[in-house]
This record gives sequence, structure tokens and C-alpha cells, in this order.
Amino acid sequence: MSVKMLPTRDGYGHGLVELGATNPDVIVLDADLAKSTRSDWFQAKYPDRFFDIGIAEQDMIGTAAGLALGGKIPFATTYAVFVAGRAWDQVRTTVCYSKLNVKIAGAHGGISAGGDGATHQSLEDVALMRVLPNMTVILPCDANEAKRATLAAAKMDGPCYLRFAREATPVFTDENDTFEIGKAVVLKPGTDVSIIAAGPLVYEALLAHDLLAAQGVSARVINMHTIKPLDEAAVLAAAKETGAIVTIDEAQLAGGLGGAVAELLVSHRPVPVEMMGIRDTFLECGLPEELAAKYQLTAKDVVAAVGRVLARK
Amino acid sequence: MNMESVERLKEICCDVRADIVRMTNAAASGHPGGSLSSVEAMVALYCNVMNHRPSDPSWSERDRFFLSKGHSCPVVYATMARTGYFPVEELLTLRKLGTRLQGHPSCKTLPGIEVSSGSLGQGLSVANGFALAAKIDGKPYRAYCLMGDGELQEGQIWEAMMTAAHYKLDNVCGIVDYNGLQIDGDIEKVMGLAPLADKWRSFNWHVIEADGHDVAAMLAAYDEARRTKGKPSVIVMKTVKGKGVSFMENVAGWHGKPCNQEEMAQALADIYGKGN
Repeated sequence: MSVKMLPTRDGYGHGLVELGATNPDVIVLDADLAKSTRSDWFQAKYPDRFFDIGIAEQDMIGTAAGLALGGKIPFATTYAVFVAGRAWDQVRTTVCYSKLNVKIAGAHGGISAGGDGATHQSLEDVALMRVLPNMTVILPCDANEAKRATLAAAKMDGPCYLRFAREATPVFTDENDTFEIGKAVVLKPGTDVSIIAAGPLVYEALLAHDLLAAQGVSARVINMHTIKPLDEAAVLAAAKETGAIVTIDEAQLAGGLGGAVAELLVSHRPVPVEMMGIRDTFLECGLPEELAAKYQLTAKDVVAAVGRVLARK
Repeated sequence: MNMESVERLKEICCDVRADIVRMTNAAASGHPGGSLSSVEAMVALYCNVMNHRPSDPSWSERDRFFLSKGHSCPVVYATMARTGYFPVEELLTLRKLGTRLQGHPSCKTLPGIEVSSGSLGQGLSVANGFALAAKIDGKPYRAYCLMGDGELQEGQIWEAMMTAAHYKLDNVCGIVDYNGLQIDGDIEKVMGLAPLADKWRSFNWHVIEADGHDVAAMLAAYDEARRTKGKPSVIVMKTVKGKGVSFMENVAGWHGKPCNQEEMAQALADIYGKGN
């Protein structure tokens, strides 16, 4: 069966265009990457509400903060690695401490900027954004969900970080699915183990589900699109009902989704957890699928992690 | 707002200076030096220039003031108190647990503070964004932003300088407190800024150089900025760090150090002696 492939940044672009038509307060900023981030789709239709700030991410975040203070809903857009890294202090002090209604879109997140190498592979953004008070952190799993998340971000009040991918990844959610910030989606029921993932790697969890089913293992697959605020009820239910958890981060393990799940479980329901993700290292050039294989982020690796966690149950 | 006479503004400046000394003394910490150098700029702005309503700090049509050099919040708090935002007595709660007057200003605790600040270099970008929103909406309100001179060493300021000029934000008025000193000493020795006015000019700003301790000159500077169309304006005001307190003037060590009781008595004598 062939599956439709689209990058999640396309969903962001479509979401922005829809917002342009429906919400006159939405303003889009970019830092000289409008074509790559798809913010140019909004620019083409609503040029009076698009502002390129040039290669100046810190100024872009501050400008977005001022726009929010003027009643606008700014979407500050650039590569995840730059906005979360270079502009972190601006996001922290001006946006989050002031609790301003600024939306931050980080494109080319995770391993999807493969060929660009370690400088452009954003693996720390999840932790950097998750640690900030008042911040909401969303990693859409496919292009459809990316559009829904973009629309939802415009509706919520307060700082929100959205992470998108460069590469085309499987589109497996329906255009008409609902999306609620902070509410996880159980994609597959299961009783032996729960696989909790966010972003395009959710699809690897789904593939793993089928491989596991063939082995007689019933795996629950949870799309934790909102890493903060974490859907604690969904995690605790998974722990209680399946007794073992595998998490998948397309990011550094420190401070990511796995960390968030583990922080919750260690206090409330300690069950065995296997955390998949990048283990305290910078990566290298390569196709995203080559990197996924080398750094053990494929469905096969999920199956192996499930084997390990079940052995600890 | 009722306009105050220049003589009356000078009196308010004395009170604000005394407030700065008293509140940092009561807090046993805080930043008197760069607060004292910005007094005339703030008093002129809040009393006679900005369109705002101290009794209704969230009035949507107000001009906005953004304090980029957040550590100088004592001068802002004192000016706000003296223009009716909150009781003068509250100034003595500065930096104490539970206060609305955080050691660096928080917009979540004190109405009238537009944005939280304290990490340097960020305010001008915010002023630009607000000014952009005003332009989009066709609103007449303006954005004022007070920066320290040492703060201009932050790269983001120069990014924001480009943005304001690029988008022709003539509703932005920057104010640079050019007292020439930063924590580690003389700015020209630490990391030189000269020729500062020329740098702003070359970034396509309208530059107004003024004596930052001459209230009438500051009023004229704000007026010139308001009348300047097609480009943002900046008032590069020459000031004296610690102005008005004899032993603090031009001494970098008073950047972040309050007076003790004995020093405070001398400071208040200096302030009211010179003001009268």
C-alpha cells in the first residue's frame, strides 16, 4: 500500500493561508527562509501582513512580541535550530515571562535537515522550549495534523512553539480529524505495551504496531502531539493499563518527550520505560532515512525497544 | 494629560531622584546610577509627552513606553508613582518578596509595564513590533524605547535599528541614555561606541542630540521626533551617570549599588539642594 507523502511544513503553509482568510489579526514573520518554511504561501496571498525581518532571529522574536502587544497574532517562522537556539533568551524573557501571544514555528526540525549536517539538525529545540514556563510545545505528526495544529495555535492565547519537518513524511491522519492542544490521540489500542511518540516518527510507531501484532504483542500507539502541556491522563492510563512504555524522540533524549513521560511516571506510577532518541551526540550528513537507521529511530528499532521493555516488566 | 511647566517638571525630577535613592536604599540593592541619568527623559515623557492614562493603564489607545534597559526600572517606577499609577509609598517595596515592583520590571505584576525586561538588547525590537501593529491598524499611538548606552553593545539592537528604518517606523522614538559608563568602566575602554550619533544616522535614523538633563531640551527633542516622518527617530541624550548625587556622578561603581543610611542623607541633601 502506498502512502501519501508530504512534509509537515506544507501543513503549516496551508494553515497559515487559511488563517489569512479567516483571521485578519494573523501576521507572519520570517527570517529569510520564507520559501523553505512555506511562509511564502501566506506572503503571496497576504503581502500586507507578511514581514521579512532578514537574517535576524532575535529581532524577529522581539518584533513578534511587539506585534502581540499591539493585538496581533504573530507567527515567527524560521528553522527550528535557529529560533530555539539563537533566540532562546528572547523567547524566554520577552515572550514567555511576559506571556505574550506569540507563535513560533520551527521548520526543518529533527533529522529532516539531513544533508545540511549537524549545524542545521535541530535536536535540542524540544528541550529548550519545554523548559520554559508558559510555553506550549507541539510536534505535529503529519501534514494534516500540522495544519490543524497551526489553526489551533492561533486560537489559543499565549506562547506556542510548533515544530515542523523538512522531508516528506507519510500522511496518515485524516483531514477531518479533530485536534485539541494537550490531548493525546490513541491511534491504536493495545494492552501489552504503549508506544508514545510525537512528530513524523509516530508513523514508525504505527509500523512497529503491525510488526508486533504479528508477534502476538498488543501495542498501544499514542500520538503525543503536544509535549507541553503533557496529557498526563493518557500517560498514566497507558502505564496502568499496559505496564510498560516506549517513548520516541526525534531529538536529544535529555529534556524531550521521553523525559517528560519519565518525570511524570517516576512520581506517580513507575513502570519500565525505554526511551528512544538521540543519545547526547551531534549527528552528521545523510539522508533522513539513513540517519534514522544509523541512530536507531526506525520501526525495527521500536520493536527492539518493546522487546527490551517487556523483558523488564 | 495636563501639561506641566518646566519649573514644575524640575521639581518632579527632584522627587523622582529622591525616590530612586530611597527605594534602592530600602531594597539594599538595585541600580541607582543609570536610573538617575534617565530622570529628565522619563519625567518629560510621562508628564508632558506621552498620551496615556495612569488611572487606566491598559487604555488601548495609549502611547507605549518600553524599558529596554530593565535594570533602570527604579526611575520608571518612581516616575509612574509620581504621575499617579500607584502610591509613592509602594516604591519602598522594591525587590521585596510579594512586591509588584520586581528588581527588573514584570508586566505580569505591575499594570503600566508594557513588557518584562532585564536581559539587555531586547526592547527596541518590541517597540518596533508594536509600532508595526499601529501602522497596520492605522493607529496614531507611538512607541518609546529607553536604551542604555552600554546596552547598545548587544547585537540585537542593531538588528532592530535596521528593521525600524527598513519599515519606516516613524512612530518609534528611541532614547539612548549616553552616560558613557558601564559596569566594567568607561564605555570607550570596555567596548567603544563612538561615533554613536553617526552610527544611528548611517542606519537611516533621524538623530536628535540633546542634553539629557535639560528638561526643556528633552521636550523639544520629543517634539522633533514626533514631527519627523518617514524614518524612526532616536534621541541620543548626553547624560551623567548618577546625576544629582555628588558622590555618584560619573562613577561606574554606582551602577548597581545602593546608598547606605549615611550616604542617603547626603544624596537627598544634594538632590534637593540642587533642585531648589
